[in-house]
Amino acid sequence: MSNIKMRARLIGDTTEVKAIISHPMETGRKKGNDGQPIPAHFIQLVTARLNDQIVLEMQLGTGISKNPYLTFYLDNARLNDKISIKWLDNLGTSGEGEIQVTAG
Amino acid sequence: MQRRNFLGLFLGSVTALLLAPVRALANVWNTRAFEATKFSNAALVLGIENETPSQDIDFIVPERAENGAIVQVEITSRIPNTESIAIFVTHNPTMLVGHFAFGSGALPRLVTRIKMAETSDVKIVVKSGNQYFTTTKNVVVFANGCG
Repeated sequence: MSNIKMRARLIGDTTEVKAIISHPMETGRKKGNDGQPIPAHFIQLVTARLNDQIVLEMQLGTGISKNPYLTFYLDNARLNDKISIKWLDNLGTSGEGEIQVTAG
Repeated sequence: MQRRNFLGLFLGSVTALLLAPVRALANVWNTRAFEATKFSNAALVLGIENETPSQDIDFIVPERAENGAIVQVEITSRIPNTESIAIFVTHNPTMLVGHFAFGSGALPRLVTRIKMAETSDVKIVVKSGNQYFTTTKNVVVFANGCG
């Protein structure tokens, strides 16, 4: 559930960070096989850090696809710097992942 | 007594939020903006006004999407001092899809995947200082992706 796949590659001066978070991102508008509505369950907040400094703060709604995918770019990261991502969903569940910057 | 303590704590937190410097990032989910069903309402909550169409926002999205459950969007702002990018799908039940605030060191560029209930405009709003810039593209959707 709290699984994040991440990759961070330094290409020239720019670090490209890709992340996929495993999460159902249920809107609350869908019905299950039993005809009962599936309760909303979606990530609301994602924070990305370079080492310990916040670089990106995201607020997500139910309109983000299942297993949220994100690519973002940093211009001040160096090789072996630590990039981490934390998320929190509407049910209070959270997860995090981290990775080091590698050469592109 | 307990209630008073709670109130004090609550008011204290609100004051702290109001006093936070404008540039400081404070990640709080904006319930009213995300629950808004009209752009004008979401815009009001987010403080978006007089958004000006801009050619300095590169917005890549497919013209047609077979499956509205996964529509990839790529946004790059060439507007100086871009602070945040917001994505709206005007025909989704709730319009605001995501709000991305960039801190020091992050380039104003991102790729993500969104759901689209039906054929709709996808509207991007970029904040720079007190100004708002926008660009819009229409995406034809063949299968509802919101469920």
